[in-house]
Amino acid sequence: MVFRDPWEQVLTSLGSNVQGTMPLLTQQIEADYDQYSLVASLDNVRNFSTILKAIHFQDHATCFATRNGIKVTVEKAKCVQANAFIQAGIFQEFMVHEESVTFRINLTVLLDCLSIFGSSPMPGTLTALRMCYQGYGYPLMLFLEEGGVVTVCKINTQEPEETLDFDFCSTNVINKIILQSEGLREAFSELDMTSEVLQITMSPDKPYFRLSTFGNAGSSHLDYPKDSDLMEAFHCNQTQINRYKISLLKPSTKALVLSCKVSIRTDNRGFLSLQYMIRNEDGQISFVEYYCCPDEVPESES
Amino acid sequence: MKFRAKIVDAACLNHFTRISNMMAKLAKTCTLRINPDKLNFILSDKVANGGVNMWCELEQENFFSEFQMEGVSAENNEIYVELTSENLSRALKTAQNARALKMKLTNKHFPCLTVSVELLSVSNSSRIVTHDIPIKVIPRKLWKDFQEPTVPDADVSIYLPVLKTMKSVVEKMKNISNHLIIEANLNGELNLKIETELVCVTTHFKDLGCPPLASESVSQDRNPEQMAEVCIDIKKLLQFLAGQQVNPTKALCNIVDKRIVHFDLLHEDVSLQYFIPALS
Repeated sequence: MVFRDPWEQVLTSLGSNVQGTMPLLTQQIEADYDQYSLVASLDNVRNFSTILKAIHFQDHATCFATRNGIKVTVEKAKCVQANAFIQAGIFQEFMVHEESVTFRINLTVLLDCLSIFGSSPMPGTLTALRMCYQGYGYPLMLFLEEGGVVTVCKINTQEPEETLDFDFCSTNVINKIILQSEGLREAFSELDMTSEVLQITMSPDKPYFRLSTFGNAGSSHLDYPKDSDLMEAFHCNQTQINRYKISLLKPSTKALVLSCKVSIRTDNRGFLSLQYMIRNEDGQISFVEYYCCPDEVPESES
Repeated sequence: MKFRAKIVDAACLNHFTRISNMMAKLAKTCTLRINPDKLNFILSDKVANGGVNMWCELEQENFFSEFQMEGVSAENNEIYVELTSENLSRALKTAQNARALKMKLTNKHFPCLTVSVELLSVSNSSRIVTHDIPIKVIPRKLWKDFQEPTVPDADVSIYLPVLKTMKSVVEKMKNISNHLIIEANLNGELNLKIETELVCVTTHFKDLGCPPLASESVSQDRNPEQMAEVCIDIKKLLQFLAGQQVNPTKALCNIVDKRIVHFDLLHEDVSLQYFIPALS
């Protein structure tokens, strides 16, 4: 399995000074933790669960942990992949004893467990989490605590499956736009779902950035001017018109709703990368990334 | 057979509305038992439907300023009617800020519980909104099915934690499993557990406190650490918890090991008992 350090890539691509906001590891680590290959604890479980909700469009996810943090991957139809990156700094305590730890887990169950004390919290109460994993073949243990009540969850892990490698390399990126998420939120909530595809036009010339749908009631085009207030960065080198299945892009709305900024990139093959920057309740930043392959265009149309 | 009653006090009216809302959440249809001193809302499910029993009791004089009734006969001075509990709670929705509420049994083509709400309007003239709730009168020979359940001798009796916390826990557990094990000991510990092939989840509540048990011998012999447990239908528990919109004055859970769990709640002066039998 190829694994590039995702943080470096994401951080540089969004160009924000995230490192500065991360608190240092302060917790002392006890000796009996040696038996675990992964231990992570967190004062506010929602800083973790919110990010996972952003990629929850399939039941199963692959978790991949290194010293840098946890990457959770969800895939559908071999055409779309979502990755959530929760950096080590989000956790109050984060230890990975091996080079890397990988397991597959039922994400729906994991999210139910993480929100066992309720999804909409009462003000002033936080749910704390400690998460431990002993290694291959062992369950993932969760210890959640709120107001003196403790919940222990033992979630069986599954054989990790090979995740897709979209081989989306920043050197092959042709066009890139960074938008404030609110600009895209409206567009996505009003997408004509009778259209099978969403066509994205990115160009150094007019119309710069255009979203088009072709539905039962006709076509619609939404243009974003280059100098719009919503546009944080505009780096388009070459006109690209690509189509993506709306059904594959729709799940990314979950991430969009939570995010403050989104980076939209396409590479030389027309592959789409959507990177969402999500700020948690403590002002820390995490990333969610969606990759989507373009829709095959029939010969006659191209 | 006659029944007419009236509530004029706003606090009583609110309380009665809350009780009827709770009923609507707890049972689709319930039996209303009327006798000269008390009103009871009763649910007595067939074993095939899960066998849940509910017994809610209120003293009529704590609510009604006028209360007249005449049962089926002098020696059986009671009335049993079945109604859709949501109909009653819907009728009472209009009774917020009402000046008075009247209830009576009527027969308008079919037997009804007629609820009239006297509302104040801006012009100071009063308006009356009337709801006719269809009812089914339960014949004398079936009354035996609706008698106050006997409370079994509990192995463990324990005060319940904050119901809101318990409800959100059970809600999430319901997404994962159909059954739930509720267990408690005399040390004030109560656990909610689910176990499936995929996941085991246990929520531990502690320091809840146990009231002195009725049967002294049991409490003295029993190891305080030893759990009494019942495996129940998680939906029945959730239904009970969802019905509790206001925190009760007292909330007690009695467990008869492997047989039944009995919740005993007090909402001011209204008592609610809810029985969930163990899954066989």
